[in-house]
Amino acid sequence: MVSLLIVSTAVLVQELQKKGACEHCQPDKSAWVEVMNKYKLTVNGNALEVDVAPDMPLLWVLRDKLKLTGTKFGCGIAQCGACTVHIDGVAVRSCVLPVSAVSGPVTTIEGLAQGDDLHPLQSAWIEHDVPQCGYCQAGQIMSAAALLSNNSQPSDDDIDQALEGNYCRCGTYVRIRKAVHTAASFYNADKRNG
Amino acid sequence: MNSKKISRRNLFKVSAIAGGGLMLKLSLPANALEDSATTLVKSSELNFYVQIASDGQITIYAPNPEMGQGIKTTLPMIIAEEMGANWDDVEVVLAPIDPAKFGLQGSGGSMSVTRNFDAMRRMGASAREMLIGAASELMEVERRDLKAEASQVIHGSGRSMTFGQLASVAAQQPVPVPEQLSFKDPRSYSIIGTSVGSVDNLVIATGLSKFGIDVDVPGMKFASYTRCPRPGGKAVSFNSAEIKALPGVIDAFILQPDSRSGKASMAFLDGLAALQGGVAIVGDDTWSVFAAKAKLKVSWDEREASTDQWSKMASDARAIAVKGGGEVKLAGASVGEALSDSNNRTLEGFYEFPYVAHVCMEPMNCTVDFRKGASGKPDAMEIWLGSQFPNQVKEIAENMLGVKQENVKVHGLRMGGGFGRRAVHDFAAEAMAISHQSGLPVKLTWTRTDDIHNDYFRVGGFENMKGAVSPDGKLAAWDQHYIGFADNGKPVIGSGLRGNELPMVAFDNASIRQTMMPVATACGAWRAPGSNTNAFVEQSFIHELANLAERDHVEFLTELMGSRRWIKEGNISALNTGRAIDVIKLAAEKAGWGRTMPEGTGLGLAFYFCHAAHVAEVAEVSVDAERNFSVKRVTVAVDVGPIINMSGAINQVQGSIVDGLSTMALQEITMQNGRIEQDNFHQYPVMRIASTPEIDVHFIQSDNKPTGLGEPALPPLAPAVTNAIFAATGERIRTMPLSNAGYKLV
Repeated sequence: MVSLLIVSTAVLVQELQKKGACEHCQPDKSAWVEVMNKYKLTVNGNALEVDVAPDMPLLWVLRDKLKLTGTKFGCGIAQCGACTVHIDGVAVRSCVLPVSAVSGPVTTIEGLAQGDDLHPLQSAWIEHDVPQCGYCQAGQIMSAAALLSNNSQPSDDDIDQALEGNYCRCGTYVRIRKAVHTAASFYNADKRNG
Repeated sequence: MNSKKISRRNLFKVSAIAGGGLMLKLSLPANALEDSATTLVKSSELNFYVQIASDGQITIYAPNPEMGQGIKTTLPMIIAEEMGANWDDVEVVLAPIDPAKFGLQGSGGSMSVTRNFDAMRRMGASAREMLIGAASELMEVERRDLKAEASQVIHGSGRSMTFGQLASVAAQQPVPVPEQLSFKDPRSYSIIGTSVGSVDNLVIATGLSKFGIDVDVPGMKFASYTRCPRPGGKAVSFNSAEIKALPGVIDAFILQPDSRSGKASMAFLDGLAALQGGVAIVGDDTWSVFAAKAKLKVSWDEREASTDQWSKMASDARAIAVKGGGEVKLAGASVGEALSDSNNRTLEGFYEFPYVAHVCMEPMNCTVDFRKGASGKPDAMEIWLGSQFPNQVKEIAENMLGVKQENVKVHGLRMGGGFGRRAVHDFAAEAMAISHQSGLPVKLTWTRTDDIHNDYFRVGGFENMKGAVSPDGKLAAWDQHYIGFADNGKPVIGSGLRGNELPMVAFDNASIRQTMMPVATACGAWRAPGSNTNAFVEQSFIHELANLAERDHVEFLTELMGSRRWIKEGNISALNTGRAIDVIKLAAEKAGWGRTMPEGTGLGLAFYFCHAAHVAEVAEVSVDAERNFSVKRVTVAVDVGPIINMSGAINQVQGSIVDGLSTMALQEITMQNGRIEQDNFHQYPVMRIASTPEIDVHFIQSDNKPTGLGEPALPPLAPAVTNAIFAATGERIRTMPLSNAGYKLV
């Protein structure tokens, strides 16, 4: 697969670094408020408070208040997985999780890369040219990342189970499976080196 | 707007040295392809820019909207190839919406490659000739001894100059006459035909890509809109005081229907894009306006609302099928005789298929900033949206709100799916009216329920089929009665027969009749309109007749094609029987057609021709005693001429298979007294990853012109699967979705 694509992952990662894309994983600080009785959140490593209604789902806090729009709205009833984020490393559907019920640090797609180093899944997604429209892919990657953190050698069945909650309307499932397998091999190599 | 920021940063870098760079502008006529699909679009000119910075970076504008079909990558590849560029030096920038420079900026009908291939080649070749002209001048050598390759112009002696070094002088060269340009020998291609990753993969994988729904404008507020649950109803009053008092709500008001907005990107959808009556709520964030929407109590005037009832339509259609009749579209000489000839074997079957929704993953949304004119300045509007034909929304602004088109600026963003839905801009009309009325820049976002209820659906329909085979096992008669839907007497898009389907185009003794029933529910273009349902009926029934004749399906189907020929000589929009036979045989061979299959499994074949593409598919299914079925593998053979981007092409085919399977197995929209009964994905599911088959894709890269691949691999999937289920079980399924026939996709 490495030779499949003319644009290699290495080139793209260099581009990402050049473009300083990691700056975009920071929440918009203008939404941080000093007032009391607000919700304390840790998002992509940043502690902050938001002033919103208790029943506002985390999805809309991220998107409308913190301007982290990588997490997508798809259905609002936890059926499609486009809104998947991690709370304490566990994949959750942020569209049905009230901000008042958020119980741990939140990681969004913007915070998945470590500094300028892409997560192995992000590299694999590029390597396999997975996306079509791309709208669901952040959710797919977040679900897959939660899987890999618990199971670094997933079978097809493991992948199907972990990604069962994520629709891809364009039908990129074949490449999603392949990319998760490829990422698992990167992941293991990383762990051996790390 | 991060992705734009990334692109713009590089663009600014280029612009800063624009005085020393090459800026190329060419005006090119659109391809004069004879195809009904060309009438879908209103514009007829293309323009393009290529920029080269003195540091060697090549910026290529991608003119057409991207919805996942890969066109933002594909068209620039063609230019880069003819230029002799190294793809790694190319930065692709989505072109601004500017028809004066870029012509028709639309995506639909799988036409982007077909229409633009030659124009993009001319663009690249012109850039190449200007670079060679510059090199000839600077190196003081003959043009004929120079060639462009890997972002350099190289002389026969081995001397070379980079595109970056040549850029400023190249910009002074005369623009070559398009008719005098020559193109590269395809055998020397280094970009076309290879696998190139989509140019936006990095920003998508890191969450930085901006879709319409991600737009953020200074001072922007958020809006929801609630239409009458029965299409055509108008809002009379609502619990305004209660809604306006809710936290985060700024304003709430009624909008009256407005037919002046009824301009669609495709002429046949005009009128459907009209503003529908309803209640707008404007607030501080999306959640507040969604929460307030849920508390709305609206009094509706439903006197003109839809009374469509799917169950009644289905029973009426059955009665019509029994009664026969209908408008005769094609009359074979002796169809009646052949059907009543006792020497022949005959068969009758009633097929049905439902309305289906687009359910793009990104619900419809649009951001509008209406600015009231003051002190001599006219009214102005800025619009951000994902659209298959973004420029067309200007007409709505002018027709509905009187904002002159020259004062409307449109930003086309990446679409989270299109599939034909984003060719109609009813949601944009709503956003414009809300910004106009509230005086605020607003982002209107639809809930998933809005998105399903207010869709322009793939039309459902019914077909009563009769056929006869002769004692020697040949097709003797074909009689097809299409029972579909018309709006004010005019068949809705996708309903009815065009007469260019198989077997009619290659078989004389065929009759087609059509009966249209009235419908109020809005119908639109849904990935391969018409083809996606006609393929199911026709390619299933051909298989039924092959079985009746006790013939092998491949043999029966290829025999129908007859000799190798164009149905209309030289017209790529007409079937070529030779190419059809080739893809059928290739798919069959690669799928292991004819092998002995284990109990409960089967192979099914289907072929279809549409969008200038010949596609054959073989599905391998397994079915258990409880009618749980799975599709193990789909083998696909495609002839769309030469492939531009192999990775993108395979992705489109795989996606079409998954989409086709998801739709045929699971999806159905029903109307109950006008109201759409499905509210969200729990009632309108999309196929999940575990059901995904292996998909084996083969291309025959014939000398056909390269044509589009966003749609044509979808239609054959449904009949291939039902034919395979027949092979596995002996049971014929004549209804979609398969869940209605008791079959469960696992």
